[in-house]
Amino acid sequence: MSKKPLAPAIEGWFTLDQEPRLIGSQCCACGTYFFPKQSRYCKNPDCDSTEFREVPLSRTGRVWSYTNACYQPPAPFVAADPFEPYTIAAVTLEQEQMTVLGQVVTGVAVADLKVGMEMELVLEPLHETEEDIKMTWKWRPLANQGGQH
Amino acid sequence: MSQEIAIIGAGMHPWGKWGHNFVEYGVAAAREALADAGIHWREVTFVSGGATVRCGYPGYVAGATFAQALGWQGCEVNTSYAACASGSQALAAARNKILAGECEVALVVGADTTPKGFLAPAGGYRPEDPDWVRFYLGITNPTYFALYARRRMDLYGDTLEDFAAVKVKNSLVGSKNPRARYRKCFTAEDVAASAMVADPLRLMDICATSDGGAALIVCSLDYAKRIGKGDAPRIAAISTVTPSFASAVVEMPDIATDSAAAAGIEAHSFRAALPMKAYEEAGIGPEDVDVAEVYDLSTALELDWIEDLRLTPRGEAARWLRRGDTTVGGKMPVNPSGGLACFGEAVPAQALAQVCELTWQLRGQSGDRQVEGAKVGITANQGLFGHGSSVIVRR
Repeated sequence: MSKKPLAPAIEGWFTLDQEPRLIGSQCCACGTYFFPKQSRYCKNPDCDSTEFREVPLSRTGRVWSYTNACYQPPAPFVAADPFEPYTIAAVTLEQEQMTVLGQVVTGVAVADLKVGMEMELVLEPLHETEEDIKMTWKWRPLANQGGQH
Repeated sequence: MSQEIAIIGAGMHPWGKWGHNFVEYGVAAAREALADAGIHWREVTFVSGGATVRCGYPGYVAGATFAQALGWQGCEVNTSYAACASGSQALAAARNKILAGECEVALVVGADTTPKGFLAPAGGYRPEDPDWVRFYLGITNPTYFALYARRRMDLYGDTLEDFAAVKVKNSLVGSKNPRARYRKCFTAEDVAASAMVADPLRLMDICATSDGGAALIVCSLDYAKRIGKGDAPRIAAISTVTPSFASAVVEMPDIATDSAAAAGIEAHSFRAALPMKAYEEAGIGPEDVDVAEVYDLSTALELDWIEDLRLTPRGEAARWLRRGDTTVGGKMPVNPSGGLACFGEAVPAQALAQVCELTWQLRGQSGDRQVEGAKVGITANQGLFGHGSSVIVRR
């Protein structure tokens, strides 16, 4: 990996700390969470609030399902050359009652995953540009798996 | 007052990758449906077109385009866009017009010419577009189908062999359907030998995109009686409901589901909700269904649909499949047309193609693919942007 500076692949969607968090929003009236952030109107049919606060989402959740990508997606995806297949997981955050998609960290295969497994959010490079390394959130199995649902 | 309308004509242009203008397919399907109904084009007073939206593609103005191609004759027109449910929404518009007494005979038509290769989003840096976001992060259409499939494996014990068996079952009936694009009888070995796309789905588990056209001639029950077609199959229900918040299943093209964290909000499944309104409207239940045409964008998704339509208990569709219950000749035949596995998806025509198949099945005109004694059929499909539909046809 080069010594280029790290930059978020999508500005303002997650923090860049050691223990990164997705940045969502929460309706001030009904408590519904949104990711990506929602800040103009609430999508809860029983709520007409226009007030939202920015909130970090839970860093851990449980696997709803998982798969991989064996073929190179079209642009705007920027593929390594040669293309390396990667694993994908949909992870349900308990407090937010919401499922978020993301790639799984390099080195974890479909065979390593199971519905209900505990995962945590980490950052890994998505691709490099001339100026920087674009980082994205990825899911990683928690080292100590608690009880599975 | 009856809320039913009659289907007196059905027609399709064969599915394929013909590369012609979509209007040609729509006209061919419309002419076949008119001939099937035994009426002249000038009898039609409303044309309802299913449209698709694809970067300036002229399918945008489907109703008028087809009316002009068939020869302007002063009828009224409508264009409906509802992604994969466009055809059903166009059908609903025709039904409303007929039941309101504003029209006696309508042509409902949808046709598509699909572009080659991936349907990729516009470039640049556009994080406000969920389609751009998911492609940028490496999440393609098969990702979503594979997530649903893998969940079935972990929750219900479905296997890759089960998914392959859906393809084998559908290709067997599709091989007997002259309107299908793929007419080869594939084996489980063929599926297993095809490339893995998104584990557990292989290339042959995932449907292609196709060119095709489908059309229906629908009319009031009075009109059908007057022309001696009082026993024609009838549209008993059309459901085109939206999802209910909070939609708990991650859906293309989104990167996350709704949140069900607010008080009084429950998690809902859109697919399971779609047929509920249809059953209610028709006043029947899943136990009354003789045949179903469902949107098998993937082999595994056919199994999800069977359960969403409540044709089997949740988690048991694969068991029914293994017993042969979901094949023609079994107790609950699904996709006797061959399904999307044999057709490939022609978006604005597909929901109408499902109703065409049910029409022929209920008339007993399906030859080697005939579901014996079929009296009630149901369709189901789901597409982008919260669109989906379920139509019930009965005789």
